[in-house]
Amino acid sequence: MSGQPGSLPELRSPSLATTLVRELRGSYAFIERNLFLVKRYWGWEFAFLVYAVAGALSITFIGAELENQRLLLSLMIGAIFWNYLSIVFGFIAETVAWERWEGTLEYTFMAPVRRWVQLLGSTMFAVLYGLVHTAVILVVLTLFFGLDLSHADFGTAAVMMIIGSASFIGIGMMAAVLPLMYVERGAQMTFVLQSLLLLVSGVYYSIEVLPDWMQVISWFSPATYVLDGVRQGLIDGTPITALWHDVWPLVIMAVVLIPLGVWVFGQAERYAKRTGKLKRVG
Amino acid sequence: MALTLEPHQPETASQPSETLVAPVDRVPAPAPHVRRPAPPRGAVPALLIDHVTKRFIVGRKKKSVVAVDDVSIRIERGETYGVLGANGGGKSTLIRLVSTLLTIDSGRVEVFGHDIEREEMAVKRLINRVSVDAAFFKKLSPFENLIYAARLYGLDAGTARRESVAILARLGIAESRLSRPLEQMSRGMQQKVAIARALLTSPTLLLLDEPTTGLDPRSKLEVQTFIEEIRDSHDATIVLTTHDLAEADRLCDRLAILNEGRVVVEGTPEELVARVAREHGQPPTLESVFMTWTGRSLDDDTEEDDDDDD
Ligand SMILES: Nc1ncnc2c1ncn2[C@@H]1O[C@H](COP(=O)(O)OP(=O)(O)O)[C@@H](O)[C@H]1O
Ligand SMILES: [Mg+2]
Repeated sequence: MSGQPGSLPELRSPSLATTLVRELRGSYAFIERNLFLVKRYWGWEFAFLVYAVAGALSITFIGAELENQRLLLSLMIGAIFWNYLSIVFGFIAETVAWERWEGTLEYTFMAPVRRWVQLLGSTMFAVLYGLVHTAVILVVLTLFFGLDLSHADFGTAAVMMIIGSASFIGIGMMAAVLPLMYVERGAQMTFVLQSLLLLVSGVYYSIEVLPDWMQVISWFSPATYVLDGVRQGLIDGTPITALWHDVWPLVIMAVVLIPLGVWVFGQAERYAKRTGKLKRVG
Repeated sequence: MALTLEPHQPETASQPSETLVAPVDRVPAPAPHVRRPAPPRGAVPALLIDHVTKRFIVGRKKKSVVAVDDVSIRIERGETYGVLGANGGGKSTLIRLVSTLLTIDSGRVEVFGHDIEREEMAVKRLINRVSVDAAFFKKLSPFENLIYAARLYGLDAGTARRESVAILARLGIAESRLSRPLEQMSRGMQQKVAIARALLTSPTLLLLDEPTTGLDPRSKLEVQTFIEEIRDSHDATIVLTTHDLAEADRLCDRLAILNEGRVVVEGTPEELVARVAREHGQPPTLESVFMTWTGRSLDDDTEEDDDDDD
């Protein structure tokens, strides 16, 4: 224990740099903890990876069966990039649900860590994890189908993925508050939201086949633009500079959704502390 | 921090001690507790709870429950303060309010002079809470859990590792068991790890919410001994809630009884016992103190145990 007997515990006012280092250390707490957890649950991690690879393979086989190289690539991109986006979304959206289930929610919320620091940590881990997953699937599928990606523009795919991640992070933060506000049903709501995004974003088909009203919803899903952009980049070699129509909606969504996500999370935390919802049982 | 504790017996994972009939007689009898003289008033109190009220809206009928009702408590630095009460008395709610896990409806709380609402981050660095269910990632090892705690509280990696290893060694957890999941440890040991984890972050105000509830008699005594050691070796102020009168008597310098959210009586155990004998003609025991001021005995209560409590 620190603190000399007789003197009051001091609260120094640290310099900006010290503060920043401390906050980033706080973020790292969440990354490292999740790595520990992944290690402990490695059996499940392996099972999920196998499932994701098998899922992507089996969808892609539809293209092989129809002997349509373009469809094959399109399906493959849909499977891989949807997998990435849903991992990023899912990890962030489950920050609260997961800790509630483990029984550590109150412990974490009591710690002197700012909420954005916690969310930053969760987000960095989610992106890292998603990238590893995606890389594995990409390698397996490329080898399996002997794909010719010689005229693909990987730069386009990377940029679309980065700005797309940002909006998914924002939506993920907002989805994460559902388990904070609705102790019983919150996690289920998050799951339903994720399913809706899958349905409307044209993951395996172009959104033109959807009924009009669903197409309208699809404009609000960042996945719609990410998948369109990545497909054009990887299949047709379109440079990012020619994909402005996919880029600007994503940039706007990111700029709006991330601050909004942090703000909504803070509001939900206040609500939970007022109504006693942080507690494990209702 | 300097944690000076005696090594305890290493635990055996295969025999969670709560399933054993505890050989209580092997545990050394606790040394008689020397009640420390009341610290001087006037200095900044470690904890000031000033007319605090907290209501919950519960159930479909939106019934309003007053969990903490106009409570005022002042705890001086270095005290071990007991909050006694039956289940549902409001003990956990009070602890959560001080831990910033609940917002206050009305009133004011200060920790070492820092207002809990206006200076939330500062207060969070000064406190730590241990609840009845040791809040761990149960699949992670004690070491991994401690590292997480250390990082949350801003310790650097080197210090975090060193302190964690040292603390776990002093708890008598064998090196070979450091990497096993926490869920394989007995509840008594989990609770000790939880308290040790709280110390890792050097709290100056340690909030222990029923740290021994649900433990078998032997683990209970061990945890109590551990708390006693902390009390004697650390510059920490401790608030301890319990519904175990012997525990309150053994560990606490002063007590408050919380009944239906209100503080019904407050004083040192000796004062309370003397008062109940003098004013109510009851036998001079904490049992009769409890009976007199809450209108019920603790034995009635412990049966209808926590369905929604932790
Ligand atoms: N998070 C909560 N939501 C709704 N009601 C609560 C909550 N926490 C406590 N209560 C209610 O407040 C009262 C006091 O509970 P609690 O503080 O847990 O008492 P104790 O810890 O002394 O057993 C009880 O009636 C309990 O049902
Ligand atoms: Mg309680």
